[in-house]
Amino acid sequence: MTALAAEPVAARMRQRTPSIEARTTENGQPFLFVAPADLVLLLTLLRDDEDLRFDALMDLTAYDLLKYPAKAPSDAICAVWLLWSHVHRHELMVQTHAARSDCRLPTTSGVWPAAIYFEREVFDLYGVHFDGHPDLRRIMCPQDWVGHPLRKDYVYPATYHGVSHLRDGQHFESQPAREAR
Amino acid sequence: MTVEATTPSGETMQLSMGPHHPATHGVLRIVVESDGEIVQNCTPDHGYLHRSIEKIGECVEWPMFVPYTDRVDYVCAMNANLAYCLAVERLLATDPATTVVVPRRAEVIRVLVAELNRISSHLIAVGAMAMDVGAYTPFLHGIAQRELVNDIFEKLCGQRLTYNYVTIGGVAFDLHHGAGDEIARFLDQFEREMVRFNRLLTTNAIFRDRCAGVAAVTRDEAIEWGLVGPNLRGSGVDFDLRRDVPYGVYGELGVRVPVGQCFAGRRGRQGDCYDRYVVRLLEINESVRLCREALKLLPPKAEKETDPIGGWQADVTKQLKKPPKGSVHCRTEAPRGEMGYFLVSDGTKTPWRVRVRTGSFSASGIFHKVMRGTFLADVVAIIGSFDVVVPEIDR
Amino acid sequence: MADPQCRPGNASHEQIHLTAVDEFLAWGKEHSLFYLLFATACCGIELMQAGGPRYDIDRLGMIPRATPRQADLMIVAGTITHKMAERVKLLWDQMTEPRWVVSMGSCANSGGPFSKWSYSVLNGIDKYVPVDVYIPGCPPRPEALIDGVMALRERVRLYRTTGQRTKTPHVVAGIEPAFGAHHEKPEQKT
Repeated sequence: MTALAAEPVAARMRQRTPSIEARTTENGQPFLFVAPADLVLLLTLLRDDEDLRFDALMDLTAYDLLKYPAKAPSDAICAVWLLWSHVHRHELMVQTHAARSDCRLPTTSGVWPAAIYFEREVFDLYGVHFDGHPDLRRIMCPQDWVGHPLRKDYVYPATYHGVSHLRDGQHFESQPAREAR
Repeated sequence: MTVEATTPSGETMQLSMGPHHPATHGVLRIVVESDGEIVQNCTPDHGYLHRSIEKIGECVEWPMFVPYTDRVDYVCAMNANLAYCLAVERLLATDPATTVVVPRRAEVIRVLVAELNRISSHLIAVGAMAMDVGAYTPFLHGIAQRELVNDIFEKLCGQRLTYNYVTIGGVAFDLHHGAGDEIARFLDQFEREMVRFNRLLTTNAIFRDRCAGVAAVTRDEAIEWGLVGPNLRGSGVDFDLRRDVPYGVYGELGVRVPVGQCFAGRRGRQGDCYDRYVVRLLEINESVRLCREALKLLPPKAEKETDPIGGWQADVTKQLKKPPKGSVHCRTEAPRGEMGYFLVSDGTKTPWRVRVRTGSFSASGIFHKVMRGTFLADVVAIIGSFDVVVPEIDR
Repeated sequence: MADPQCRPGNASHEQIHLTAVDEFLAWGKEHSLFYLLFATACCGIELMQAGGPRYDIDRLGMIPRATPRQADLMIVAGTITHKMAERVKLLWDQMTEPRWVVSMGSCANSGGPFSKWSYSVLNGIDKYVPVDVYIPGCPPRPEALIDGVMALRERVRLYRTTGQRTKTPHVVAGIEPAFGAHHEKPEQKT
């Protein structure tokens, strides 16, 4: 495994970004958790630090915590940055939470331009507004699409521009039905 | 090109390429603003093939998602299968109680089919790029060879395009009788065919000059824009997940990684369209070698083993009803670059989140940057050289 | 000169065939179904392979055209999303009559594997354009595509001679592979 241990990195960065925490997922994968206010500073430091040098953003995604059976239940959108260093050949995961009602995060497209596309996707599918993003439009769905489809409480639309998706007599098996299964 | 066409006049024209355009490899739409022949601005418009595969991943059970991975990237479905199955196996491995052991024979078969599929995928890539810039014949040569790979896969698993072959814990079927000889025969004739292909296209002065120096991406740009795979290596970054973060039996095979080094000569620049093209061709050669090595590694089928390929291990099915809770990130090297799965599990039989990170998505993110200032006719060459496959962008 | 066999235009060395103009045009139309080069998803690769050297769909007089204005036939190859469906309708509108539509693959027929859980996929292109031939399969083999084209030719001939369009669509079923591994006899297991 090339994943970097989170604790030494957190100790190194704590002075500049006090909200940083080294955590592990339920199955023991290390990651850094940070408050949105410190996010851009932390990622910039991670990119520029000589010993860390995370020069590439490998992935930026999110997942919905609504009804996720965690120890501390939350209804936030969890955004995930997966970083990779071409210099030192190690990777690191950084996570932060965006509140569901006022879903805002600072943009990281200033740190890596690769984030421009990833953030557009997260905005489209989860409705996270990235403040300061140069071109925040929907990328997958049509511009007049209603709702953010990958949220867990998304209700499937019956029609789009008056045309139904479905064949005659067919019904969606949407998320709520899935939970009952 | 006349002088008038290349001097900016200040008047721009908007041109919408796609979603139905023969050179956009599917349903990609690019809105180009051009001043004469020079592209001033370009805005890709995606989502014409957004099939909500990531949402489907949250609705179906863990093994049921494997056929959908075929459709994430149908040009190299074996690699897409492999990426997902490795990710689920890695998730199961985070808890010692649910760890899956993939039989050695299955590991070798996986590498074998992945490399064969890389060959056929790159054939489409270089053939389609040649077709976009106006050379139709090489594409037909590529298709002819691709048919032979399809034949091998069809004998192996009964499908020509969407295989659903790699399963969680192994592969679905063992190699058919005489498969080794068949693959070896194919590789021999394929190498002879590639000599002809290179004579036809790679060393063709018209093609080389057409691609030389077009849309050069520097090393630093490639890294910070998140390019992966052959596009990254074309810019001179010596990085391949098969060698640097090996999975399967790639660690034993010793993958050699080609990088772009201004192959087009005096008129070219490092990381231009021609470099990306040549890197793909060199990767084809490397894949041929890896297939031969994998055939040598293939362990004989032991008589007493009941399930030498781990296709449908009963305990895997049981463990997938209750996988470990948490998340896992797994990266593999698909023909179009890194295919990474980020899985979140809530401990039930359906995934909580299936995230696919694909090479074409980040490649299309850099389009607007590299296309600025190029000729309008180069736009198709650039799309071809980045080898984007639209369902990989849209998913 | 009194020989009744010796009518003008029917001597053995003159090779003239007498027919109605309509029939001649129908014959020509039937053997030159130019199709719109248009592929959305996985089936597009099979469409390309069908145009490749092994299946060589060009020998049926089917030549890809890049613009709908020159095409007689639209092969809808692949998944159609809502965003795309309006574009497909636009393309179909630009084609000149008589125009034909072949729906290739399960996705274009009915949504295929995406019909149940997808929010963005249209379940069947026949909600937007009328379909003449359905080809099932995910993706269909090129043989199935050729079979569908053969069925379409019957319709073209009928339309040309009687002016009637067949209302009920044709569904291709039960394809015998003519090439490739499926066609070969299974080898003896040792």
